Amino acid sequence: MNQPVFATWNDPDAKPLIQFRNVTKRFGDFTAIDDLTQDIFEKEFFALLGPSGCGKTTMMRMLAGFDMPSEGQIFIAGQDMARIPPNKRAVNMMFQSYALFPHLSVWDNIAFGLKREGKDKEAINARVEEMLRLTRLSKFAKRKPHQISGGQRQRVALARSLAKAPKLLLLDEPLGALDKKLRQDTQFELMDIQEKTGTTFVIVTHDQEEAMTVASRVAVMDEGRIIQVATPAQIYEAPNSVYVADFIGDVNIISGRAKPTGEKVAIQWAEGQPDILGTTTTKFDAGQEIHFAIRPEKVAISTEEPLDAANKLQGKVLDIAYLGNISTYHVELPTGHVIKAQTANTRRLSRRQITWEDPVWISFTDTAGVLLER
Amino acid sequence: MTRFSWFNATALTLGFAFLYMPMIILVIYSFNASKLVTVWAGFSTQWYGELLRNEEFLSAAWVTLKVAVMSSTIATVLGTMAAYVLVRAGRFSGRTLFSGMIYAPLVMPEVITGLSLLLLFIGIGLDRGVLTIVLAHTTFSMCYVSVVVSSRLVSFDKSLEEAALDLGCSPFEAFRLVTLPIIAPAVISGWLLAFTLSLDDLVIASFTTGPSATTLPIKIFSAVRLGVSPEINALSTIMIGIVTVGVITASLITKQAAVRQAREERMAERPA
Ligand SMILES: Nc1ncnc2c1ncn2[C@@H]1O[C@H](COP(=O)(O)OP(=O)(O)OP(=O)(O)O)[C@@H](O)[C@H]1O
Ligand SMILES: [Mg+2]
Repeated sequence: MNQPVFATWNDPDAKPLIQFRNVTKRFGDFTAIDDLTQDIFEKEFFALLGPSGCGKTTMMRMLAGFDMPSEGQIFIAGQDMARIPPNKRAVNMMFQSYALFPHLSVWDNIAFGLKREGKDKEAINARVEEMLRLTRLSKFAKRKPHQISGGQRQRVALARSLAKAPKLLLLDEPLGALDKKLRQDTQFELMDIQEKTGTTFVIVTHDQEEAMTVASRVAVMDEGRIIQVATPAQIYEAPNSVYVADFIGDVNIISGRAKPTGEKVAIQWAEGQPDILGTTTTKFDAGQEIHFAIRPEKVAISTEEPLDAANKLQGKVLDIAYLGNISTYHVELPTGHVIKAQTANTRRLSRRQITWEDPVWISFTDTAGVLLER
Repeated sequence: MTRFSWFNATALTLGFAFLYMPMIILVIYSFNASKLVTVWAGFSTQWYGELLRNEEFLSAAWVTLKVAVMSSTIATVLGTMAAYVLVRAGRFSGRTLFSGMIYAPLVMPEVITGLSLLLLFIGIGLDRGVLTIVLAHTTFSMCYVSVVVSSRLVSFDKSLEEAALDLGCSPFEAFRLVTLPIIAPAVISGWLLAFTLSLDDLVIASFTTGPSATTLPIKIFSAVRLGVSPEINALSTIMIGIVTVGVITASLITKQAAVRQAREERMAERPA
C-alpha cells in the first residue's frame, strides 16, 4: 500500500472542521462538559467512547445546536456557532432515542428533511428509495414507526439523518440495536459513504470493536473530559493512562515503584518477586508510583520455565475461559495478583496441556507492556 | 373486583338518581302530548315540530351556535399557544405565576368573570352583542383548552421537535408539521370542551349580551319565568343531547387517541 496515511490532525496547516475551544457545559451546578478543547478535521470518522453519562450526547447536542455551551466557543468550518440555530446548520444528527415522527410512515420520516429543502419530487423519491435500499428497509416503507422492530427503527433513524447528505453527521449510538452481521455490514456502508462523499462523521459508540473498525480517531472520555485522542491502534497499544488502558479492551495492571536502570525501568511491585522490566520514553524518578499495563495476548503461558524471557513469573491456573478462537487463562500469582494470559486456539480441539490448578509460568518481553504514571 | 353488595348497589342507584332524575323527567315530559307540563297525556313529538316553527328560538339557536363556534375556535388557538409557551419556555422568572394565572379563571365565580367583562366592555365603549359574548366566552374557555393541551404537551417528547429543527424546519414549521399533528387529539377535545361550555353558559352571556344577541340559555331562562312550556322541554332535551355527545366525544378522543398516540410515541423510541 502506498496510499498516503490519512492523518490530517498531524498536518499543521490543516483547517479543522470542528473546533471546541474551552467549552464548558453546565446543567444547574452539574458540569457535563468540563473545559473541553478539541479539533475534528474534515473527512474524519471521529468516535466518542466513554462510560454512560460522561457527556457524549451533550457534545453532539452542542454541535447540532440544541444546547449552548455555558462557556467557550464552538466553530464549524471556521464559523462561530453561538448564534446559529439548529435548522441553519449543515449538520444532521441521529438521536440516541431515534426521535422518529410517530405520525409519519417510514418513507415520510426519511423524506422529511428532503422535503424541507424544497427538492423536486423525482429527486426526493430517488433519494428515499436509495436510503431504504441502503438500510434494507424497502419492505417497510409504508409502515409507521410503531409497527416495526427496534433494530428497524434504528435503521430508519440512521436513514433519515443520512438522507440529506450533510457535511457533518452526528450519530449517537447508531448501530447498537442491530445484530452483529447487520452491524458490520452497516459499518462498512458508513465507511463507504464516508469515502464517497467525504462527509465528516462524529459517532458515539459503546462498542469498542466498532470504534476500532470505523474510526480514524478515537476520543476516550470521562466525566466531561477527553482523556486521550488517538488512532485506534495508538489507543490500544499506547494508552496514556490506566483509565484508557482499562476502558479499551482487556488489560492486566500491576502497580509499583519505579527504579530506572539505564535504558529501562524496573518496577518493584511485590516483596520477594522479581522486578518487572519495561521500556518507556517517559522519564520516571526512582521511587515514583508507576503502573504497568499489559494486554493478555502479549502474555505467554507455559508449563516449563521459559529460558530467555525478560520477565517471567510463576503461578497457578485459577480459571480458563474458552472463547472459540482464543482461550484466556487466569493465573494467580503467590502475591494474590491474577494475571490474564491469552493464547490463540490454532489447533482444533487439541488436548489442552494446561488445566485448572496447574503450576505454570507466565512471561513477556520488556517491550510488551506500557508504563503509565496514572 | 369487590363483591356485589346491597349497600353499594343502593348507594350507586341513589347517587345516579340524584344526578340524572331531573334530566330524565325533563326528557320524558318533552314527549308529552299535553300542554300542561305536569300532566302526562301520552307520547307525542309535536313540541319538537312547534320548536322548528318558533322563529325566536331558532334565531337564538343560531346566535348560540355562532358564538360557540367562534369562541371555541379562538379559544383553541389562544389556549394551545398559551399551553405551548408555558410548557416549552422552560423556567423563566414568573413562570409559576403565569401558569397559575392561566388556571385561576377556572375557579373564579362566573358572576365575577361576567361582571368584570361587562365593566371592561363598557369601559372601552364596545357595543354589547354577539362580539362581546364571543370575547367573553373565549376568555373563560381558553383556560380549559390550555389545561387539556398542556397536560398532553407535558408528555410530548421534545426531541421530536429537535429532530424536525435538525432536518431544516423553522420552529414554526416544526410545530405545524410535527407537534400539532401529534397533539391534535388534545386540541380537538379542547375545542369540543370549549364549544360545550359556550353552548350552555348563561351567567357570563347574560352579563355581556346586548339586545341584539340572545343566546338559547338566556332565551330559555327568560321564557321559563313566564312558565315552563313543553317546547322548552323539547329544546332542553336537544341541548342535553348535543352537550352529551360533545362531552363524550371529547373524553373519548382524549382518552383513546392520546393513549394510543402515547403508546406509539413510546414505541417509536429506543427501548430502554
Ligand atoms: N438537560 C439536562 N439537565 C441536567 N443534566 C443533564 C441534562 N442533559 C444531560 N445531563 C447530564 O449530563 C451528563 C452527560 O449526559 P450525556 O447525555 O451527554 O451522557 P452520555 O455520555 O451521552 O451517556 P450515555 O452513554 O448514557 O448516553 C449526565 O450526567 C446527565 O445526567
Ligand atoms: Mg448519550
